[in-house]
Amino acid sequence: MADFATYLFTGVGLFFFVAGSVGFLRFPDVFSRLHALTKADNLGLGFITLGTAFQAEAWRDAALLALIWGLVLLAAGTVSQLISRDALRERDEK
Amino acid sequence: MTLIFDAMLCALTLGVALATVLGCGVFRTIVFFVVYGLLLSVAWVRLDAVDVALAEAAIGAGLTGVLFLAAFGKLTRIGVEAEPSPKRFHLPAALGCIGLSGAMAWAWFALPEPHRPTPDLSDALPRAGVENPVTAVLLNFRAWDTLLEGTVLLAALIGLWILTRDEDWHHRLGRLQHVRSGGVMESFGRLLPPVGTLVGVYLIYIGADQPGGAFQGGTVLAAVGLIAALAGLLRPPRITECSWRMALVAGPLVFLGAGVAGEVFGVGFLTLPGSIAEGAIFIIEVALGLSIAVTLALLVIGPPEGGDSE
Amino acid sequence: MTSPTLYALTGAALIGIGFYGLIEAQHLLRRVITFNLIGSGLFVFLGAVGARNDGFDPIPQALIITGIVVALSASALAVGLVVAHSRASGRATFPEEDEDA
Repeated sequence: MADFATYLFTGVGLFFFVAGSVGFLRFPDVFSRLHALTKADNLGLGFITLGTAFQAEAWRDAALLALIWGLVLLAAGTVSQLISRDALRERDEK
Repeated sequence: MTLIFDAMLCALTLGVALATVLGCGVFRTIVFFVVYGLLLSVAWVRLDAVDVALAEAAIGAGLTGVLFLAAFGKLTRIGVEAEPSPKRFHLPAALGCIGLSGAMAWAWFALPEPHRPTPDLSDALPRAGVENPVTAVLLNFRAWDTLLEGTVLLAALIGLWILTRDEDWHHRLGRLQHVRSGGVMESFGRLLPPVGTLVGVYLIYIGADQPGGAFQGGTVLAAVGLIAALAGLLRPPRITECSWRMALVAGPLVFLGAGVAGEVFGVGFLTLPGSIAEGAIFIIEVALGLSIAVTLALLVIGPPEGGDSE
Repeated sequence: MTSPTLYALTGAALIGIGFYGLIEAQHLLRRVITFNLIGSGLFVFLGAVGARNDGFDPIPQALIITGIVVALSASALAVGLVVAHSRASGRATFPEEDEDA
């Protein structure tokens, strides 16, 4: 039962990752690419974390996985903000 | 099944390594190098070496990537010309390198069969004082290597400081950071350090029984310090400040002191008798972790660059 | 072919790739990066040696961790030298190599 849930959620997460990567490769400019990367990839990571949490043996391990996802969200959000602000400044300078 | 996964991982790693070498533009090379480091961490987990995976992800991919990116930024600010124009393909060099890889592959197949596990190590592990075999080897059985490693870190930092120009000697290390107050970077710099410090201290503490240790935890602490410095919340010290120098040498000094104490009490230099091994290793790891954190952070920040108003 | 063999061959290939990159690179920062590539390829080779016969050998792993840390400190010093050289000479390559480029 837990294995089935792992397969399901990891598969969904993989789908979101592929979608994010396709968007990253195909979108025309920096801002839309950042959009694809932060939204789709982080959601995919959340699903993969949920899937692997079903394999955890104790609540402590699942909590650690959730902490990892939270930290990645924090870092990704900050970095994409900084990159987009720099790209905006560069575009306005031209 | 797992062999297919290993094969794909190896193929991906080789592809990214080729992209690193053949990419046009130094920035592309640096980015691919960071990706390569992360793939290598997964490879280490597959090779049953979780401590090494932690070290590779933190130091090999993380800190080294930051180091190169910062250097690239410095070079751009200095205004050096971009990469020289298209490189020729050096056939003799390529053939030589293929021969080198072939020689290494031949060496692998020519290796003698090992006696595993070596009888001395499996007998000695119970009296090492810690449960994690890698920590036992690093801090007890081959403590000499780790002591020298701490000294090498310090030597590299001193070498880096020697490169300072005379007029910059009394300035703070690195460059003054301009951060918008109340902005995203500053909030990140306030939000991350509590969690990051907890993770780093936990990694140092848990290294005795599970994968972790002074190097991995110290690197996380160094990264936390770097984020705080980037957010403008922690100003890098000057070279002459005494308290920071104490923090830098605390680790190697404590380690050396433990070694000399062993000699003084007659058990031999850097030998930890089984009864006190656990406590001694804990004290050494804490001091070493602190020194590693400060040394690695200052290594990445670099020498003083002057131009500050203080 | 077992799993450690695969990683050993990958490590050997990485060493070759790194050496080629080191030889053909002209930008000094690129040379430091490819040097790290060679080092990590060697570590993978050593780790594969330690993982033979499904054992867990902690001694190569301890040596590799030491190697990773020392590689970082050497890279930091090398990068400092590259920046100082560029600041003094205004270019990120060695002058004698620009002539035949």
